[in-house]
Amino acid sequence: MVAVLRSRIAPVLVLALVLAACAQQTAKPATTVTPSVAGGEKPISGGTLTFIVNAEPPSYDGHRETTFALLHPIAPHYSLLYKFDPSDLTKVIPDVAAEQPTVSADKTTVTVKLRQDVKFHDGTGMTSEDIKATYDKIIFPPTGVLSPRAGAYAVVSAVNATDKYTVEFKLKYPSASFLTNLASPWNFIYSAAKLKTDIHFYEKNIMGTGPFLYDGNTKGQDWKGKKNPDYFGKDKDGTKLPYLDAYKALIITDANAGVTAIRSKQAMIEFRGFTPSQRDDLSRSLPNDLAIQEAPWICVNYIVPNTTKKPFDDPRVRRALSLAVDRWGGGEALSKTTIVKDVGGLMRPKGPFAMSDADLAKISGFGKDAAANKTAAKALLAAAGVPNLSFKFLNRNITTPYEPVAVYLINEWKSVGITATHDVKETSAYQADLRAGTFEVALDFNCDFLDEPDLQLAKFWSASKAGKGLNFAYYDDTKLDGLIDAQSRETDPAKRLALVGDIQRYAMDEMAYQYPVLWWYRIIPYLSVVRGWKIGSNHYTNQDLTTVWLAKK
Amino acid sequence: MAPRPGTERASSAEEIAKRRYFESTGRRRFLRFWTEFIRRRPLGTAGAVLIIVMLLAAAFADVVAPYDPTAINFSDLLKPPGTDHLLGADNFGRDVFSRVIFGSRTALLVGFSASLVGCTLGLVLGVAGAYLGGRTDQIIQRLMDVLLSFPLIVIAIAVVAALGAGEDKIVNVIAAITVPIIPRVARVVRSSALSIVQMPYIEATRSVGAGPIRIMFRHIAPNVFAPYLIMLTAFLGQAILLEASLSFLGLGVFEPTPSWGLMLRGAGMQFLEQAPWLAIAPGVAISMAVFGFNLFGDSLRDALDPRLRMG
Amino acid sequence: MRRYIVGRLLLMIPTLIGVAILTFVIMRAVPGDIVALRYAGSNVPQEIIDQERHILGLDKPMWAQFADWMSSISRFDLGQSLWTGHSVVDEVQVRMPLSIELAVLATLFAVALAIPLGVMAAVKQDTWLDYAIRIFSIGGLAMPSFWIGIMMVLVTLTLWGWAPPLVFTSFFEDPVANLAQLVLPAIAVGYRYSAVSMRMTRSTVLEVLREDYVRTARAKGLRETLVVVRHALRNALLPVVTVVSLEFAFLIGGLVVTEQVFNLNGIGKLLVDAVAHRDYPLIQALVLLLATVFVLVNFVVDMVYVVLDPRIRYS
Repeated sequence: MVAVLRSRIAPVLVLALVLAACAQQTAKPATTVTPSVAGGEKPISGGTLTFIVNAEPPSYDGHRETTFALLHPIAPHYSLLYKFDPSDLTKVIPDVAAEQPTVSADKTTVTVKLRQDVKFHDGTGMTSEDIKATYDKIIFPPTGVLSPRAGAYAVVSAVNATDKYTVEFKLKYPSASFLTNLASPWNFIYSAAKLKTDIHFYEKNIMGTGPFLYDGNTKGQDWKGKKNPDYFGKDKDGTKLPYLDAYKALIITDANAGVTAIRSKQAMIEFRGFTPSQRDDLSRSLPNDLAIQEAPWICVNYIVPNTTKKPFDDPRVRRALSLAVDRWGGGEALSKTTIVKDVGGLMRPKGPFAMSDADLAKISGFGKDAAANKTAAKALLAAAGVPNLSFKFLNRNITTPYEPVAVYLINEWKSVGITATHDVKETSAYQADLRAGTFEVALDFNCDFLDEPDLQLAKFWSASKAGKGLNFAYYDDTKLDGLIDAQSRETDPAKRLALVGDIQRYAMDEMAYQYPVLWWYRIIPYLSVVRGWKIGSNHYTNQDLTTVWLAKK
Repeated sequence: MAPRPGTERASSAEEIAKRRYFESTGRRRFLRFWTEFIRRRPLGTAGAVLIIVMLLAAAFADVVAPYDPTAINFSDLLKPPGTDHLLGADNFGRDVFSRVIFGSRTALLVGFSASLVGCTLGLVLGVAGAYLGGRTDQIIQRLMDVLLSFPLIVIAIAVVAALGAGEDKIVNVIAAITVPIIPRVARVVRSSALSIVQMPYIEATRSVGAGPIRIMFRHIAPNVFAPYLIMLTAFLGQAILLEASLSFLGLGVFEPTPSWGLMLRGAGMQFLEQAPWLAIAPGVAISMAVFGFNLFGDSLRDALDPRLRMG
Repeated sequence: MRRYIVGRLLLMIPTLIGVAILTFVIMRAVPGDIVALRYAGSNVPQEIIDQERHILGLDKPMWAQFADWMSSISRFDLGQSLWTGHSVVDEVQVRMPLSIELAVLATLFAVALAIPLGVMAAVKQDTWLDYAIRIFSIGGLAMPSFWIGIMMVLVTLTLWGWAPPLVFTSFFEDPVANLAQLVLPAIAVGYRYSAVSMRMTRSTVLEVLREDYVRTARAKGLRETLVVVRHALRNALLPVVTVVSLEFAFLIGGLVVTEQVFNLNGIGKLLVDAVAHRDYPLIQALVLLLATVFVLVNFVVDMVYVVLDPRIRYS
């Protein structure tokens, strides 16, 4: 099967646009594929990029929403303080900041110098007041204003505008993740003046400093932006950014319709991802016009046993559920038909915080000897007095990849004598069950924009404390809370890595509270005229389209 | 044909003999009807054969299916039709033929129950409204209007999301499909019944003292049997398809339960070009079922309708 | 007659109130709400959820929410979508032209196919023509319209690398682009609906052809075509009109799957999204709107009855 896939992609490889097959073979990190950027081609200005978004953004306020469907069409209108380097997505570079931040000796004051040539789309200049107003809204939202990610900035005690172009963040204690959090793709820079007149202004209006001006939208159908002639960015040759004249985002919810859009060349790219079969259909039908980029994804499904329900209060039962699943075999097979692939712990495999395969194999359910694991699972179930365990397995009604993952799990559990009944609900009913704790075992999921233990471990805090509304396994564990807190404050990378390893062993094996199934794998097939966009391990960052350009046919 | 309870013991030998006689002539008439049917209505017979095949497949699924329909076998992933997998294997390496065979159970259960219950309730309400008229008719019509003007998705959510779905709660799925059928049938039946109510023979029946129930079900209902049968057979197919749409929205039966609708709408569409057999097999099964019931229903209607027979 | 019409119009009010109450109660009885959904899968703490529920007024008692809704409706204010924050009227306005046009096109196609074929099948009952027409029409029922749609798109894609435009253009702006988008879905849907109407036409024409007055007409030596068109068809149309008009009202909000396949920005998709989001004001407004369209169509059908069927008289 792999051979077949590779031969199908081969013509595309010849075009020097894709290294998909290699990525599949050697499984290098996210940045294996460097198409146009490394090609040494000189970018051309002009043209309109059309791309697909799978859903309509709710409000237009990035501070308030959590869906990528907002970022893809709207991020190009805004700037951030810092952003991820479009040519190396592991690096943070200044956006409206003038340089990297300076950190005081006691690590509790972070000072950011700003560019002085940044203008809002209404012509007013951007100053430190705007940054302060933006971050105040995110970190200290007034009553009636929602900021779902305020918690990520709990370490901040104050944001001060020390002079017209300098901002200072005061921290309560040293934080390992604060600096990268300043590059959060959600933290659009807003105008202090607009926020002052109406704090909800940005929910229905667009007015940023980004590379593209708002050019209208039709509800449920499209979103348009055109080049901002006053944008501050320039490329290394001094050419003004952005390269594109305009972009148009088409809202296409159905996956088949999305493939059709690219096949009929009505859209050039979709920035979240397609399945392997959709990729293959496209590369077969557009052999000369298609490029493909692939990368591991910071998205994962968790098996979540509800620890308040019998017999899932027994760690042996929870461990058995994990042991029954042959992740290595499943990953290999499922990666051919859906978007899951790598086996990993709580941190993305092959990412900066990943466990080595050897360490991972020591955790129950992550070893490669599937038969031995299943025997152990049966023994544990028998010891716990539930040799014929049966339960309802809560899932949401999204096909990719939830359905295949669940079908696989149910089959694996059946092989150790567990009867799991698939209980599929619409997303909102599913969420209601998760939040009310009215389920036995659920398939949960998590996606983040960054490999960062603070983010990926957020679900593991005690359910009645910091994990309220996040931890659906519903356990309280002060020891685990202590460990998560300690790694967050640890600024020495090696020590932090060790702590994160301890957390994974404790949470996934010893207590077996909740554990990943398989990590997702991102596949972007797109028309090869699109250049200057590089895939990352998430679908949130790198969406301002400044460096994207279109090749001449 | 079973004797009514309570009458058995009281019947004398003579009566039993009489009943036997009638039963046997009934049987003879029954046989004659079907021989005639097979002789004169080739399309209907073809439909009947399709239905019988489906019923047999559902009844003997365990014997007919070569594999466990839910057993995953990754070494046969997306294997094309061949000797070991008659209709190929799906994206989990499961045998498509076995899944189609077992899927007939879900399809028949949902299709039969939903359309039979829905159409019959619709018939009753439609005839009652047309015959009784006045206030009763108004109330029935308004209720039907409320149900009809309710989008299907809202009804489905109301029934299924609130009460639950899935293999063990298939009754809810059937109910969700039944509800929208009722008012549709009631409307059509009522409009046909309206013209019959005005016929002189109904008036005549009433004048000889027949009660409303008797008039409605002995005299009016048989005359609107034609649209009823058409709708019944049409909705059978619709119900099977509707189950597919509901399953897709997370409001019907779920994987790994074999269901034609799920197979067609899910993996069938996703692997349409790579593995077309995933869509073809359940698609053909649904089409055959719909064809079978419709052809049979149409011909049965033609054969039963006394006025058409005269002509 | 006038009294009947006025009475009939007044009767719409209880139906619509019934629909309004039922929608309100049903949607709130169903588990899940918009806030939990909005933050699905992201690490959003419970306080934020509770806060937003409060802002949206979802923590008020049900009767209070219902009273709010009723009072705003009486002021012709349908409220705002909880999901986008935009007014419900805006949300619906964008999608309405497409949905109506598609429903009209599909109905035209269905009727144009169904009535001639149905009459032909009835007149030539039990001949090969009858069989062929019946098989063709059942084909429309046997193939789901989303499947027909996907197949059509696949064919045009494979042969010409072309697919219908994904963005709606008004017919008055650019009729070609408009029809290019809507003709294929109209055929996919229309074929399916023609099946029901075709069979209904065939069956009623068959019955009418046996009626005494048709026999009389024949006996008078009228030409067969004239008999069929003048007498049989006119009377056979009654149930057909019912089926067609009911489906028309249904087509406006019920083309969920077809709208998805062709990525049409219509009312059906809006409703499904609204239901999935538990966007109460939008759901309530849409259901009420569809119900209004439905009762109006119904009303027109009843009027048509009076015209078509001399046997029915309303006093």
